[in-house]
Amino acid sequence: MKILTGNDLKTGAVVWWDGTGWSLHVDNAVDVGERADEIASREESARRVNAPYAVAATREDDGVRPAHIKDRVRALGPTVRPDLTLKPADPNIGDWVI
Amino acid sequence: MYLYDQYDQAMVDARVAEFRDQTRRRLEGKLSEDQFKPLRLMNGLYLQLHAYMLRVAVPYGTLNSRQMHMLADIADKYDRGYGHFTTRQNIQYNWIKLEDAPDILADLASVEMHAIQTSGNCIRNISSDHFAGAAKDELVDPRPYAELLRQWSSFHPEFMYLPRKFKIAVIAAETDRAAMKLHDIGIQIVRNDAGELGAAFYVGGGMGRTPMVAPLIRDFVPLDQLITYAEACLRVYNRYGRRDNKYKARIKILVHELGAEEYARQVEEEFAHLLSQGIEPPLAELERIKNYFADPAFETGLPAEVDRSDPDFALWVDRNTVPHKAPGYVSAVISLKPVGGIPGDASAEQIHLMADLAEEYSLDELRVMHTQNIVLPHVRISDLHALWTRLETAGLGTPNLDTIEDIIACPGLDYCSLANARSIPVAQKIAQRFSESGRTAELGELKLKISGCINACGHHHAGHIGILGVDKKGVENYQLLLGGSEAQDTSLAKITGPGFDEDGIVDAIEKATDVYFARRSEGERFLDTYRRIGMEPFKEAIYG
Repeated sequence: MKILTGNDLKTGAVVWWDGTGWSLHVDNAVDVGERADEIASREESARRVNAPYAVAATREDDGVRPAHIKDRVRALGPTVRPDLTLKPADPNIGDWVI
Repeated sequence: MYLYDQYDQAMVDARVAEFRDQTRRRLEGKLSEDQFKPLRLMNGLYLQLHAYMLRVAVPYGTLNSRQMHMLADIADKYDRGYGHFTTRQNIQYNWIKLEDAPDILADLASVEMHAIQTSGNCIRNISSDHFAGAAKDELVDPRPYAELLRQWSSFHPEFMYLPRKFKIAVIAAETDRAAMKLHDIGIQIVRNDAGELGAAFYVGGGMGRTPMVAPLIRDFVPLDQLITYAEACLRVYNRYGRRDNKYKARIKILVHELGAEEYARQVEEEFAHLLSQGIEPPLAELERIKNYFADPAFETGLPAEVDRSDPDFALWVDRNTVPHKAPGYVSAVISLKPVGGIPGDASAEQIHLMADLAEEYSLDELRVMHTQNIVLPHVRISDLHALWTRLETAGLGTPNLDTIEDIIACPGLDYCSLANARSIPVAQKIAQRFSESGRTAELGELKLKISGCINACGHHHAGHIGILGVDKKGVENYQLLLGGSEAQDTSLAKITGPGFDEDGIVDAIEKATDVYFARRSEGERFLDTYRRIGMEPFKEAIYG
């Protein structure tokens, strides 16, 4: 699947296109198919997102997993600061990135 | 230290107001990202992996406690309670909101700080010896010259759009503590046979994709021609530096392609022309600046010895303090490299504490080291135990300066959008391995540096041991390098061979240190042994 990501214009937070808006959680990302450029252009013009781009991903049992490690780090947060990730209660969450 | 005059303050305040307006227009949609990006970068605001990142300039690494407290306040108020001290003596915040950025810059301006020229193809923050003004071996304090260069290069209209970024370092001791020859321009303040002070110019050094050690371009520039000569160096680069290829645009490529001799000839030609233009600031301006860097009132008659009965304290004194030019004082290094910690990170509480300790024990001064530690430059030897006790309590008393645990590591793929691999976890594993084995002290001076990509923010080319993280078909891979140095014996490290995974690189480093233990001669550091016996024994041990 192809999912769309970017950063929130005001906060800089990593966000994922969930079909109707932007979510902080990659698991909410939807397959944008061939519509990535169209959505990115519209959302950027509306100043809801900054620097959007499409990435390859797979839907797995435990959620959506971006294909490249860089996007997995973006999706989670810094592996060296689990307390600052989106899943601070999971001590092994860094393994998901690798 | 230098204090802003009305011109400095007016310039910085005007820039804050300008950026506030630019940010408002961006948020209102009157500026596109393409239009806004170069404007935010000129104010140190990047967009990184997780959020906006703000890089704050710390000119020549010098701070007072009021400024340090403000850095902690910013971490608390606008970020997530910590900051990251960088390899260019700056500090970065990783979780900045765009809408907060103008307020942060205003807060910085209130303590004579800014983020101007911490990004973009301009002359960046001038770096220097972190022991400047305190070092026992310095000829003079290099910071007045760095400050003069800062004033010359700030908003210099001719050099705001250079072919690429431009970094200058200034030192004034034979011992190079600023990686001077690995800068676009490295300046060493020297004395000639007639006893006059002047500047030796090394031009065309750098790390990154194409590492090079800067050749000496001129061995003595009179101090009343310092700015004119620097301007000539920049002018030749600005005219002939390549703008067609980002990867060949740094001055090192120009100097290399022209040859140092031809580049120097062109600089001399431009220099002769500029001398007739009268661009040099009057020496009175340099003298005015020097007054700000006059020695503080060091006490006399202080004890020169400490009670070493506490072995932990004695170890810290031996490892983390360095001689001072004033009797009864030392410079004390606060390690930001606790075993298992993140190199260069400090919490807001720790930053506040370091500010308090500077006020109490170091005549209100701190320095940021390019090795991502903090210096209290002027500490009475008699105060060391009290200082160490406070540091220990806060987790800042690790005795590991210049050891294999004192690792330079860039933010890597955990934070940086340019990185190919994570640096910090590798640094943590190496420090833990050697700490647990108890071999750190026996290894002595061993400078290990890790970069998460070829841009080399972690100075891997200059490490006695260097590590470069690469992307190998989507998987992190780490190349091992040996034999680099960023000191006065500057050399570039060489790659040993095929790379390793995260655990493999730690094993490889341990094998390299085994070779050192087996082959070292009396008094040799790891680097000395490597230089004497060469790469082969290490390769055999690592890959054999």
